Amino acid sequence: MTDTFPLKYTRDDFRSDQVVRWCPGCGDYSILAQVQRMMPRICAETQTPRENVVFISGIGCSSRFPYYMDTYGFHSIHGRAPTLALGLKIARPEMQVWVITGDGDGLSIGGNHLVHAIRRNVDVKILLFNNRIYGLTKGQFSPTSEFGKKTKSSPYGVIAQPVNALGLALASRATFIARTLDTDAKHLQKTLLRAAHHRGTAFVEILQNCNIFNDGAFDNIKDRQVRDERLLFLEHDKPMRFGTGGSKVLVPSGAAHDDHFAAVSDAEANIDRALIHNEASENEGFMYALANMDYPEFPVPMGVLRAVEQATYEDLVEHQIEESKERLGPGDLQALLDAGECWTVD
Amino acid sequence: MGHSERAREGPADSPELVESVIIRFAGDSGDGIQTTGALFTQDSAVSGHDISTLPDFPAEIRAPAGTVAGVSSFQLNFSSRDIHTPGDRPDVLVAMNPAALKTHLADLIPGGMVIVNEDAFTRQSFKKAGIKTDPREDGTLEGHAVHSLPVTSVTMRAVEPVGLGKKNSERCKNMFTLGVVCWLYDRDTDVIEKLIDAKYASSDPKTAEANRLALRAGHSYADTVRLVPHRYHVDRAKLPPGKYRRITGNSAAALGFVVASKLADRPLVFSSYPITPASDILHELARLRNFGIKTGQFEDEIAAMGAAIGAAYGGALGLTATSGPGVCLKSEAIGLAVMTELPVVIVDVQRGGPSTGLPTKTEQADLLQAMFGRNGESPVAIVAPQSPSDCFDMAIEAFRIAIRHMCPVFFLSDGYLANGSEPWRVPSPDELPEFRARCSPDADSFQPYGRDPDTLARPWVTPGMAGLEHRIGGLEKQDGSGEVCYEPGNHERMVRLRAGKIQRIANDIPELKVFGPDRGDLLVIGWGSTYGAIRTATERSQSSGASVACVQLRYLNPFPSNLGTILDRFDQVLVPELNSGQLRLLLRAGFLKDVQGLNKIQGQPFRTWEVQEKIDSMLGLNVRTLEEGTADVGSSSGDNPQGAIS
Repeated sequence: MTDTFPLKYTRDDFRSDQVVRWCPGCGDYSILAQVQRMMPRICAETQTPRENVVFISGIGCSSRFPYYMDTYGFHSIHGRAPTLALGLKIARPEMQVWVITGDGDGLSIGGNHLVHAIRRNVDVKILLFNNRIYGLTKGQFSPTSEFGKKTKSSPYGVIAQPVNALGLALASRATFIARTLDTDAKHLQKTLLRAAHHRGTAFVEILQNCNIFNDGAFDNIKDRQVRDERLLFLEHDKPMRFGTGGSKVLVPSGAAHDDHFAAVSDAEANIDRALIHNEASENEGFMYALANMDYPEFPVPMGVLRAVEQATYEDLVEHQIEESKERLGPGDLQALLDAGECWTVD
Repeated sequence: MGHSERAREGPADSPELVESVIIRFAGDSGDGIQTTGALFTQDSAVSGHDISTLPDFPAEIRAPAGTVAGVSSFQLNFSSRDIHTPGDRPDVLVAMNPAALKTHLADLIPGGMVIVNEDAFTRQSFKKAGIKTDPREDGTLEGHAVHSLPVTSVTMRAVEPVGLGKKNSERCKNMFTLGVVCWLYDRDTDVIEKLIDAKYASSDPKTAEANRLALRAGHSYADTVRLVPHRYHVDRAKLPPGKYRRITGNSAAALGFVVASKLADRPLVFSSYPITPASDILHELARLRNFGIKTGQFEDEIAAMGAAIGAAYGGALGLTATSGPGVCLKSEAIGLAVMTELPVVIVDVQRGGPSTGLPTKTEQADLLQAMFGRNGESPVAIVAPQSPSDCFDMAIEAFRIAIRHMCPVFFLSDGYLANGSEPWRVPSPDELPEFRARCSPDADSFQPYGRDPDTLARPWVTPGMAGLEHRIGGLEKQDGSGEVCYEPGNHERMVRLRAGKIQRIANDIPELKVFGPDRGDLLVIGWGSTYGAIRTATERSQSSGASVACVQLRYLNPFPSNLGTILDRFDQVLVPELNSGQLRLLLRAGFLKDVQGLNKIQGQPFRTWEVQEKIDSMLGLNVRTLEEGTADVGSSSGDNPQGAIS
């Protein structure tokens, strides 16, 4: 960019005067802190003045988020945040729009909008806080709750399979898909920055703990003692390596039938055949299998799963307008009103 | 008014002058009836007549051919005087098959003309139409002037040189009948040929040629056989001077929104989801990329509403268009626009309900939905165009109100206005007054929910304005600051403020003008598309000496400020509506006046005589000796047992 200008913000510039009202200990605090911490850098690097930053949310605990950001913000209705973001981006493509949603808001009541926002590749950053529970309505199961889970509304256990957000995003042909953790500040920051730089729909699932209604939902994968073994941090162009001290790798399974890959120990010995992560892979079956990896069969994939370049929806709208103006000339209002067969009465 | 075939004195070849003609084309939905009607309407308009049309077609794209279910029709009233309706009963019925004849014959005036395609009158087609004998021979058509013409066979011969093949050649038969009708009304085929060329000449020259040949063949055929001893001629209408074009309600609305965008100096973002009978607005606007119009067809009605709100939040004119079922889906988001006080316009092209109802038929049954169809106390402004061309003016009004008063505005059209057409005096956009939003508060005193002292509107501050960053949303707002607030007194204050803001729009809209005496025995009040029938019925009753006047409401929330005064000046008040009494309910509740209803819920607009008959009966007159028969139209007072809402 030639005419860059310094945008020097601090974390405090993004803190609104509102008292944060999530339950003490909620994972949302950490996410808010990392977003506020990263915004100065994001604004500087993307050359976005603060007044051009907009946070739009739906309904749910996570959707209180915009109130706490000192930017433009819109706390909309349940599941519909992507639709408002769409309208705003069409009207004002220069805005940097963040959609804040949750597993209930984004994958249940607003599932349809999420799929269509993603396939249009509108340039919005969608942060989906997944705590696998309905918190604001006090503890009903969500579309990401595990099969068999007992909650207030499922005393005999949930009897539907959970949605995998990454798989859904992939099937919707998302151009950017990532997963991160509320408690891993560094990784969360890195992921936010990557998402901010992506032109198009950036879909980020943030695994987030609800310490009141679903406490410890992710402990079995993220606890210090087990995380190295159970999380796989994807890095572009690097081997898919995990385990204590990087002791394991994913390798092609070799099996003719189902799995694309298998996890093996002894990373060093197998490093030559280890799978290399490619964010731009067009091998859809493989990517889908990767997105759906889950503990205990596999480590849970974290980081940027997919990042590809593709024209954004609002760019294509502008492009059609420009092209149409070139081809037909700029619209002549009087000629439009006069169109068709006119006659004159004297 | 219309004509009948009677012997008359005069030179053999001079046409007989008639004031108005009502003609109805009817046939299979695949017969090109709507095209035929539209072309003849355009020709009539260009001939300088006043026109009014009523297309009527089945919801099925192609119902079984030859059956009653598949009959499509198009009625046109063209006249040398000022008319407001497509007319009640046709003078001429053009029926392309027995099913069409069976469906429409009862409406024809006594002694009216019937033109049928004799090639379609076969034993097989009688069976499909569910009739046993040939209606041309069994006395069914007695008293009518019947012209049974070999439409298909002559058409086939006429277009043979083009080499289109049997099926496509046969499809030109509607052009043959059009040629016949042109001859009948003393016109040549030049205008229609030009229209055919405009549509097909470049893309499909063979079809253009075949249509032209069929059209000319019909004209020559009628001339050769001297279909009637004297052709008919309708003079030009005395319309106010200016440039005119024919326009449908949906087209007029689309153009109005484009012009509104210029007058407001704000980009137009139109987000929609396909639904009958509103989709044509999407089609019209989607073409206009070179005007900078941004249109989108999104995943559902909710997304379309959400995107309109998002666009309005961004400072654009946010627009969506739908029909009743779509409004149901949008309701929650409309409530959000009420709470966030953003200017969006929701077009509801009403159709028969409830549920999927009658997708292609007209009704006015969404008034209360627009008024009250949201959770909580959620007032919106409502406008309702009264004729196809009025859709243009009210589209501009809708946005003027929306951005001046910062509120959602409903635009209640209906299927009859959407598809019906009339002449429209083309305005010059430069002559129309601009309107601008209030939007530049200074950073120190800015309050997201601070209010204009006159209108109570909040400022339209949009993302991108430095120093004015703020948050809005669906939770209750604190008066002024706009922060989330659960305080009991504040909630009541905000509910009243939102209502008061809508009420103050009454200071910003024109007062009602009464057509007829200032005071008298009876006032007829209509809203929206019933204007034509009410106005014409009132004129007729006035001419027979009745003390009756009418007003048409184009603003329904709030009502014009002088409505109450007008109501008080009349002994009786009648509200004809295409529902079971929704405006009547509002008037009774709002003005404690014993308003009577005339309610028709048949998916069809009022006929003039239906309204006139009710006027006469309320005035104790029994002047009507017309032969129109009895309509099954409910008259309702407040205690109507037939389910009227009161």
